[in-house]
Amino acid sequence: MTVLDAVKRDALTARPAPSKRSWAWLGVMPFFLFTFLFLLYPASTIVIRSFQNSTTGAFTLQNILTLFKNPYILGAYKISIQISLITSVGGAIFGFLLAYAAIRGGLPVFMRVSLLTFCGVASNFAGVPLAFAFIALLSPTGMLIGWMRAFGYNPYFHGFTLYTFWGLSLVYMYFQFPLMVLIIAPAIDGMRREWLEASQNLGATTAQYWRHVAFPILLPSLLGTTILLFGNAFGAFATAQALTGGQINLVTIVIGSQLRGDVLGDQGLGYALALGMVVVMALAIAGYTLLQRRTERWLR
Amino acid sequence: MKGRGKIWAWFFIILGILYFFLPLIATFLFSLRAKLGVLSFQAYANVFNDPKFIRSFTASLLWATLTILVGIMLFVPTAYWVRLKVPKARTAVEFITLIPFVVPAIVYVFGLVRTYSQPPLLIVDSPVLLIAAYTILSMPYMYRAVDIGLRSIDVRTLTEAAQSLGAGWGTILFRVIIPNIRVSILNGAFLSFAIVMGEYILAQYLVKPAFAPYMAGLMQNKAYEPAALAVISFALTWACMGIIQVVGRGQQGQIAGGH
Repeated sequence: MTVLDAVKRDALTARPAPSKRSWAWLGVMPFFLFTFLFLLYPASTIVIRSFQNSTTGAFTLQNILTLFKNPYILGAYKISIQISLITSVGGAIFGFLLAYAAIRGGLPVFMRVSLLTFCGVASNFAGVPLAFAFIALLSPTGMLIGWMRAFGYNPYFHGFTLYTFWGLSLVYMYFQFPLMVLIIAPAIDGMRREWLEASQNLGATTAQYWRHVAFPILLPSLLGTTILLFGNAFGAFATAQALTGGQINLVTIVIGSQLRGDVLGDQGLGYALALGMVVVMALAIAGYTLLQRRTERWLR
Repeated sequence: MKGRGKIWAWFFIILGILYFFLPLIATFLFSLRAKLGVLSFQAYANVFNDPKFIRSFTASLLWATLTILVGIMLFVPTAYWVRLKVPKARTAVEFITLIPFVVPAIVYVFGLVRTYSQPPLLIVDSPVLLIAAYTILSMPYMYRAVDIGLRSIDVRTLTEAAQSLGAGWGTILFRVIIPNIRVSILNGAFLSFAIVMGEYILAQYLVKPAFAPYMAGLMQNKAYEPAALAVISFALTWACMGIIQVVGRGQQGQIAGGH
């Protein structure tokens, strides 16, 4: 009701703006109207309903508080955070090494170009087809498992399964590390030869150069991109859904089932869960933006 | 020193190549095994003869085309107008265009369904909602592509020149601005195309025929046909990115969030 009051108050106090300006503002109205209807309003619904009792509509913090008590939801957050953490750190390390190898490893130039092109494709190759590609490779009848069995080793007898945590992590890496390569490549390009030469002239070893020069400069960028990868994995849904058939308890999967039927048995809790997801994503993007800015100072 | 550097570089590159290509090779080989004992394109033939495939694929094509059209109609005039007349709106507009990054698709569709499935706003079954949602989903890419295009031309001079020759706003937009940034628009259009063709969540939860949900459904009860579809899907993504590379020459395009 407060929103309505605010609108009424604004309507009463509003004065016609100078005519020239008001016409100019009309030009961006379709955009604001469209994004309000199809983005801002549905998104704000999630925020508002998170703080509402789902039967009475009264303001409450109960939904948010329950988030931190419900063991099912806590479990989902735990698994989502674990998989995002592992694949973002893993993706960042492997992506950085790959990008550094292609750009500064003394490889033929076409390697760099093809790597970036491949990564552009791979970071987009996600969801249902990606899940299937890994089923063809690593399911009990998959190609690689077949080869390994031919050598007398079946990973499925040693605790490996594609359809649970580690399998899914391996699949997530497929869209994680290419994103790292794409984002970190400009930063690696920005590392100047002079830095290495200057360090060497001052008698620094390669290890010292990395420890005291290159790494500190790249650190904000590396951290920022890792955070972005974290968000990238945290929001992923289709790949996990297609691979595990919804059997793995990720936050996105729980939201999906909550949407299909009220599995939590509490509408308000579902909204709070979705809100929690947005908060984590917002923190990730904000962290990335801040850290990225710090690196740009050096890499102009 | 240099030689040692090369060896580790090759090591990681080869590891990357293996990781990148093995799943694709496995999928492709698997898709050829539909006929017992011989390699054949039988699975592809089955897919192309399935009326449901034709239906879902053409549906996705239609959604993609409409999304691109709506995106162009909405974002080109907006980005143009913001640059020319209301630079004050820039921060707000750019902030809004980045929101889809913060709201994962599953959360977004959750909000959409809950908002638009109750009377007075019962439009959840309308294709309009799906197109609007796709437009929002591709907005960060489309808007950014258009904005980059506008940055590279002198919007004000072009507009004033056109105006002094007596052109109206429609003429300026369609015959001066759009032709000058067509490369950027194409860039955004192919990114949007790739997003919509591979998109699973929106179509699934708004219950509309589309390529990705069809493929997911097929995975439940077929073996070789989904492999063929995965290959087709990859070829499609590849083609889109390839066209962007050729058209945009160096402008890097990437999508996140379709996962």
